[in-house]
Amino acid sequence: MSAKLAAAILIDGVIDASWLFIVAVGLTLVFGVLNILNFAHGSLFAVGAYAAASAAGWYYGGDLGPPFFGYLLMLGAALAVAMILGPLLERGILRFFYRRDEVVLVLVTYALFLILEDATKLIWGAEAYYASEPYALLGNVSFFGLSYVGYDFALIGLALIVGILLWFGINRTVSGKIVLAIIHDRDISRAMGVNVNRVFALAFTLGVFLAALGGAFTAPKISVQPGIGITVILLSFAVVVIGGLGSVEGAAIAALFVGFARATAIHLVPWAELFIVYLVMALVLAFRPEGLFQRMSARKI
Amino acid sequence: MPGIIGTLAAAVIAFAVLAVAGDAMPNWLVLVATLAFAKGLVALGIVALMRGGLVSFGQGTFYCAGAYAAGLAMRSFGIGDAAVLVALGAIAGLILGAIIAPLLAGYRGIFFATLTLALSMIVYGILNKTYSLGGSDGLNLHAPRFFGYQPAGSRNASYALFLFTSLVTVIAAALCRIHFDSVRGLLSHATRDNEIRVEYLGASVRWVNGINFVIAAALGGVGGALSALSLGHIDPDFAFWTTSGEFVFLAILSGYMSVAAVFGAAILLELVRSFSSQYFPNTWQGALGVFLLLIILFLPEGLGSLPLRLRPSGAKSARAPIEKFK
Repeated sequence: MSAKLAAAILIDGVIDASWLFIVAVGLTLVFGVLNILNFAHGSLFAVGAYAAASAAGWYYGGDLGPPFFGYLLMLGAALAVAMILGPLLERGILRFFYRRDEVVLVLVTYALFLILEDATKLIWGAEAYYASEPYALLGNVSFFGLSYVGYDFALIGLALIVGILLWFGINRTVSGKIVLAIIHDRDISRAMGVNVNRVFALAFTLGVFLAALGGAFTAPKISVQPGIGITVILLSFAVVVIGGLGSVEGAAIAALFVGFARATAIHLVPWAELFIVYLVMALVLAFRPEGLFQRMSARKI
Repeated sequence: MPGIIGTLAAAVIAFAVLAVAGDAMPNWLVLVATLAFAKGLVALGIVALMRGGLVSFGQGTFYCAGAYAAGLAMRSFGIGDAAVLVALGAIAGLILGAIIAPLLAGYRGIFFATLTLALSMIVYGILNKTYSLGGSDGLNLHAPRFFGYQPAGSRNASYALFLFTSLVTVIAAALCRIHFDSVRGLLSHATRDNEIRVEYLGASVRWVNGINFVIAAALGGVGGALSALSLGHIDPDFAFWTTSGEFVFLAILSGYMSVAAVFGAAILLELVRSFSSQYFPNTWQGALGVFLLLIILFLPEGLGSLPLRLRPSGAKSARAPIEKFK
């Protein structure tokens, strides 16, 4: 393998890993706190992408102000999606299903996925949206004679910021410690006076925000159309399962795993691209049945 | 609980009723019911697993294996008899299941579900790129024969396939009922409640779950072969995760209490799907989603628990919520 090819795989892998991490860490956070593996996460990614693409299309279409302001607008779109859908889904639907078996909860979110897929089609229609202006805004970067779009590197930066903020928020703040307590044992936390319902609603909304954020900032790179949610949920699903459900560090490492696996497949064995991720996942689970960073849990008889 | 004789008698009666009803039904309904039974068989496999507390999100693997086994036998070896094709589908599912079962023995809950999902997606990915099997376009099948009988005309062909599917369904349903009520079948229930207790009683949880898995795989293969014959076409989407999701949907809809409910739920779902995709082409998935939420919320044990809940004395035992502290 030539050095150039290796560099290409490395860089493509990290770029792929960046948006995957942003999306997957939301999924793993929601699982950690609420014990729900959210199948609708990919749909929330799609809603974020549509919202950002619409906002960017409106902003750049009308030439309304300085081009860089478009990024803030995309962030705002993701935030708006989270503020609306997070509380709506958690307080409106999910809370009626807590304490059910975790597999039943997967099905509940599968139902939400079906509903959200149709809802996005109703709102945004079936045609594709393109918002490529923000993608070209940061110019090109060249590495080892390979040309890359600057936006992709900004995305890596965004993923790093998200990861650091989350790590800091969970491990170094009081509210983060409360979240950790709930992850460890929600019944005891409730007995200690923690408002578990409030934390659930906030954590779920944060999860929705991360999905929408991933969608919003991926939107300029892709054509936003029905079905993107399905691809994304399967990939981020694989990431969180490989990393260990509920683990932020695990999600980061697994996102890199998956990113490199995909980049390697695309460059070397293109026909394996469709399933390489699941192969990696099956292999990791074969040796670490609960993922790379599995949670300790006491055996209850 | 009916004994073996009662179950067999019910099966014979059910088949007779289906045969008469099928003759009276319009052709589109016959087609819908055939496909519904084929899918119901796959869901019945998930029900068998669910009784032991496991839910597979990857039954598409076996559904696909059965369909491709039947399709290849027909195209490459010129086998045209439905009974042989379905038997081959069952064997394909069975063998694949027996190979995979030991690998999955240590997984529970969400990890079991995701690993089965991953396996089905690997199958999906490989089939999409296997051009000798038609790649993403899949393969077309021609109409099968039934024990040497080649029906003439489309109405005869669909009725014959319906009769054959009903026969397979009734046999499979009766065998499952007998298995569920047997000692090993009842051990599944115990495993679901508490594995450690079952192990201390001297039974092997590994075997209980393994056998349920192989049964589910074989049923998946049968359902796949029947679907292939009924649709006349197979493609990698048989292994796609939304296909598997539909089977889980069916299993949850019917619940694990009644075998007959699985097929009732399957027909209901196919009818809802064909009507709503005709009248609300853009919102039928969402409607299904709402339907599923309502079922999980108000009928947590599925449609199969309805008769028990409607009976005043059985109302309590149908719910019997066991609060678990996890």
